[in-house]
Amino acid sequence: MSSSVRAVIVSLVLLTGLAGIVYPLLILGLAQAFFPAQADGSLVRRDGRIRGSMLIGQQFDSPRYFWGRPSATTPTAYNAAASSGTNLAPSNPQLAKDVAARCAALVKAHGNSAAPIPLDLVTASGSGLDPHVSVAAMLYQVDRVAAARGIDPSAVRALVEQHIESPALGFLGEHRVNVLAVNLALDAH
Amino acid sequence: MSWTSVAEYLLFVAVLTAMVRPLGSYLAKVFAYEATFLDRAVVPVERVIVRLVGPAAERPMKWREYFFAFVSFGIAGAAFVFFILKLQEVLPFYGLLGKDVLSTPMTDDLALNTAISFATTTTWQAYGGETTMSYFSQIVALASQNFLAGAAGLAIGIAFIRGISIDGGGVLGNFWRDVIRALLWVLLPLSIPGALILVWQGVPMNLHAYTAATTLQGAPELIAQGPVAALEFIKNLGTNGGGFFNVNGAHPFENPTALSNFVEMLAIVMLPAALCYTFGTMTRQPSHGWLLYWVMTLLFTLGLAGVHWAEAAGNPALVRAVAPHTFAAGEGAWTGNTEGKEVRFGTIGTTLAVVATSNGATGSTAAMPDSLSPLGGGVAFFNMLLGEVTYGGLGTGLISMILAALLAVFIGALMIGRGPTYLGNQIGVGEMKFITIYMLIAGFVILPLTALAVMSAAGPAGLTTNGGPHGLTSIAFAYTSSFANNGQSFAGLSTNSAFYNYTTAVAMLAGRFLLTLPALALAGRFAEQRRRAITSGSLPTDGGLFAVFLIAMILLVAGLNFLPLLCLGPVTEHLMLWF
Repeated sequence: MSSSVRAVIVSLVLLTGLAGIVYPLLILGLAQAFFPAQADGSLVRRDGRIRGSMLIGQQFDSPRYFWGRPSATTPTAYNAAASSGTNLAPSNPQLAKDVAARCAALVKAHGNSAAPIPLDLVTASGSGLDPHVSVAAMLYQVDRVAAARGIDPSAVRALVEQHIESPALGFLGEHRVNVLAVNLALDAH
Repeated sequence: MSWTSVAEYLLFVAVLTAMVRPLGSYLAKVFAYEATFLDRAVVPVERVIVRLVGPAAERPMKWREYFFAFVSFGIAGAAFVFFILKLQEVLPFYGLLGKDVLSTPMTDDLALNTAISFATTTTWQAYGGETTMSYFSQIVALASQNFLAGAAGLAIGIAFIRGISIDGGGVLGNFWRDVIRALLWVLLPLSIPGALILVWQGVPMNLHAYTAATTLQGAPELIAQGPVAALEFIKNLGTNGGGFFNVNGAHPFENPTALSNFVEMLAIVMLPAALCYTFGTMTRQPSHGWLLYWVMTLLFTLGLAGVHWAEAAGNPALVRAVAPHTFAAGEGAWTGNTEGKEVRFGTIGTTLAVVATSNGATGSTAAMPDSLSPLGGGVAFFNMLLGEVTYGGLGTGLISMILAALLAVFIGALMIGRGPTYLGNQIGVGEMKFITIYMLIAGFVILPLTALAVMSAAGPAGLTTNGGPHGLTSIAFAYTSSFANNGQSFAGLSTNSAFYNYTTAVAMLAGRFLLTLPALALAGRFAEQRRRAITSGSLPTDGGLFAVFLIAMILLVAGLNFLPLLCLGPVTEHLMLWF
């Protein structure tokens, strides 16, 4: 019996030490040595200040910027310290109501009631921090951003097209655009 | 379906199939104590650990002793996690983030639920990681249990295979040696390159406090991150699934790209799938191992097709709500049921994740399960109700599949008037009792707990987001996920209450230990038997006919148990949404 107790305690201590201390420190060392930028969270620095992470979406609602997807995080949208989705069921009437309201707001902000609505611009992402939108969602906003900045829409469109990320190997994932990357490029324009 | 979706699914199955033989034969070598290429590096470590663990790690164990060691290791792990969590405020790294950031109170019921959850590979989470856990808790308590509980599951799977393959004597191996070997030869060596691939793709690995930034619009932003990669790979490889962040695999820091998603899903299924080959090797009946693999793969593929179809169909309620406006379609647009999904995975990567995680006893979904279409979420639900036979939890998935095969053998052999045997093991009355008990436990745990929750006041109180048939699905899904040691949830159900924390913990314990009891007892009986020669008189168990019969048996058992529940939940919601 006592040998069983010893086995439980000793194995738990030793194996926890191996898996919970040695292994993480090894990965920490290797990650910081080989991929320091990613290991620190793919941070974006401009003029010495941290402006965010390339992987984490930000709240954009100014007409001068491209907008990302609706975010369900609390207490504010795109709260990068508390990820969350809406968890609304597809059959929940609240979802249809929210989407209809976002559609109306989008159409009003763009003054374009004829163009079809990009679905990802009116449905919330899973994390509330999705950094991407579809290509169609970016093109939908080109004229509005160009007007707000007083620049040629074709230049803005070209900027968007430069930032389209293609699927890995040609088929892993979707064609998409990182909203923060385009907005950074706009500010540098 | 576009060619790209078929390509991603095909590539996944092709890569997995290519890994099954090398990985499976490696596992067979490791647990037969044969030489492997890692011996020079890890044998010295093994020697030291075995010596310190003492005489218990040297003696051969019959099933009772093996089971006792497995349970005591799990309980000790749970106790360890419980105390770390309760003490996290005085342990290192708590002050780095502080009470303002870690705002979820660590109540007794939450700590107990989480401790049992991680020690049983369920990794159900009633909390949001970035607002609850210090780095010390995340890594030393939770990530390490991902390794240890995963290794214990693998050990149980190997012991079960030994029971079937051994010719008399009753010895299933030594639990402590098996756990040590599972860690040193399998989980740790695979996790080092695995974690680094994820860091390369963008998963953070640092010990800094959350990063303060200023957004382009000038607002302050606090970016949660930390030692994510050390947890991220093993949470999938060990079929655990508890995320570093609240939204788990949907978080850009846990799963930054479509490629990382592909790698993480592969990590979930590769060891359970390879165990089929290990089974074929250890029993010296490779064709039987392959049969189980292809049955699993067929069911897996059907799941992919079902979820893809359901999610690509979109949500008719939204189309009605925005009329006369229409949604964009065609080149560059994303269509389908996009709520709760991430753009970088799209419908395809999300489908892959839904099917792999719900089958693989791993809760790390790449989307919010609550917002899946009724039938897409229903497939995930059904996968867990099937007992996670494709490819299942590490070690436990193969056991579920073999138990189903034994039932199929018994019924099939009686139908044609043969004596039921599987790989030379006779299935008599005593064996059949254990098989039946194993099959019935799921219904006896999930359904009463669901009924209790629905009838009590505390159960429906959790339905803060969704109601109706979806609400029923959420509750049943919670207990199914806990029992299946899966851990994914319809998170619209608020489960961080004493009621849910205790009742789901009961389901987790039952799914881990109550289910292993008849399985190991059965393995013990087989291990006592002398194996008989497989003759032309036995029911052939490696052909296409048996495969079809086996699939029918899997569907039949789950159907008899759970069809009414599925009709009241996902099917009713689907009909209400579409008609």
